[in-house]
Amino acid sequence: MKFERYGIGIIKGMAVTIKHLLRHPTVTQFPDQRLNISRRSRGNELIWSREKCTGCATCAKTCPQGAIEIVTSTNMAENKYEVETYRVDTGYCIQCGLCVEACPYDALFMGYSYERAKYRRAELVQSNDELLESPSRPASGYFHPEIAETLPKQTLLVEKIVEKRKKK
Amino acid sequence: MTTTRELTLKTEPFVLNIGPVHPSTHGVYRMRCTLDGEVVVDIEPVFGYLHRGIEKLAEERTYTGFIPLTDRLDYISPMSNNLGYCMAVEKLAGIKVPERAEYIRVIMAELQRLANHCIAVGSMLNDAGAYFTPFMYTFRERERIVDLFDMVCGQRLTYNYMRIGGVSQDIPGEFLPALHKLVDRLTIFIEEYENLLKLNEILLARAKGVGILEKDTAINCGISGPVARASGIKWDIRRNDPYSIYDRFEFDIPTCENGDCYDRYRVRIEEMRQSLRILQQAMKQVPKGPVKADVPHLIRPPAGEAYAHIEAPKGELGYYIVSDNSIAPYRCHIRPTSLINLAALRQMVKGWKVADLIIIFGSIDITMGEVDR
Repeated sequence: MKFERYGIGIIKGMAVTIKHLLRHPTVTQFPDQRLNISRRSRGNELIWSREKCTGCATCAKTCPQGAIEIVTSTNMAENKYEVETYRVDTGYCIQCGLCVEACPYDALFMGYSYERAKYRRAELVQSNDELLESPSRPASGYFHPEIAETLPKQTLLVEKIVEKRKKK
Repeated sequence: MTTTRELTLKTEPFVLNIGPVHPSTHGVYRMRCTLDGEVVVDIEPVFGYLHRGIEKLAEERTYTGFIPLTDRLDYISPMSNNLGYCMAVEKLAGIKVPERAEYIRVIMAELQRLANHCIAVGSMLNDAGAYFTPFMYTFRERERIVDLFDMVCGQRLTYNYMRIGGVSQDIPGEFLPALHKLVDRLTIFIEEYENLLKLNEILLARAKGVGILEKDTAINCGISGPVARASGIKWDIRRNDPYSIYDRFEFDIPTCENGDCYDRYRVRIEEMRQSLRILQQAMKQVPKGPVKADVPHLIRPPAGEAYAHIEAPKGELGYYIVSDNSIAPYRCHIRPTSLINLAALRQMVKGWKVADLIIIFGSIDITMGEVDR
């Protein structure tokens, strides 16, 4: 094997590596420091609005995994459907967001939160009140531009570097 | 080589099993190698460990419901998979995609090509023994591209962004400024790769002249993509059978002559440059308007069949769909890039040593999700 160029390429490569020794670190210490995730983040859990839902089951029909189960009953006195159970098996959910996209009444939201590991498998199946929006389970702006505007701006690594250059 | 072999001890071939769980096989791929000493005499590929029956699953999902599953074929570049499938259904149903959606699709597909080649270059050099240094550099760039994908579709790996007749949502207002910055940065980063690797003596020694794929063999095996272009075949579907709006952009098709591992690496780097050229043109021209044609959620294309192919980062990716006028495809066949590119591996590795086998395998750039489906 011949080294015709006497290691010039390696020296050039080393120069690139050495340059990076002087670079500003871009590491985020995760649990303490957090970057803002995308406004349209498709987080781990569905958020369901009891008021807006009519029980039309479009979401259940669209779900490619068949993870949504809806039980409705007819209320003859008020002449409308009532949703008895809205159950999502989040273990089957692939976070594709098609249900949110399909919902004609804007009653479904993707979750903005993450870190949703559970201790028991049965806890993955969530129904009714567990699916409502709460401070610990904020809704994401996926297919809801009005919510996306209120969420914090996503941290972009491209912009982070530009900012650091300006500071220097 | 033969003379030294004759002088040394007489050896007899033995079978060595590499994989299925091996860091250099990029997934669950198994090679039964017949070795003579350290020289590869023959290999027998065994795959199917990741078979999920995605083609069959398409038959029981709606046309839209299959899009999330296409993400899981070639999980390194899901945007291209989305695009190929959506184009096939659009061809079947005769849907015209709005102008703005076409531009967004091209931007996404080209960003995806950049992200894919980042991984391809990084993992090939990882296989060559550079360990994680090139991977660290290339993943840095991929991270920025993935950030933008995250912005438009809310997911970092399985994007599920394209829809039949357009894209799911319009790009947010901050997307194009960020893309401008990214394209500027990427030009610098690619120069950095070049300084780091182009003339690196170790890479030259390991990759130059190794695993040569002859032009005729490549054509006979049906090889496409960067692997074919490295062997000197000037074949790019974006140019030879223009789809979407690729005929409006100016770009070159980089080719090399030798068809060795080094050329495959070179072609990928050049392709990244060309992708940046397309991006620069596309992001200036994005028009205003709707991003999705008026397509019902449960689309029923007329009975018939359609085949659409695109130039995915790894090569030609085709979707063949047969419809029987119901809400689900009657049959969906996928022409996977990785599986067909893998067909030439046997010809490429014969006569090389085990260490070369790994870098040759890495230079083809395959994803097992696509090989097994």
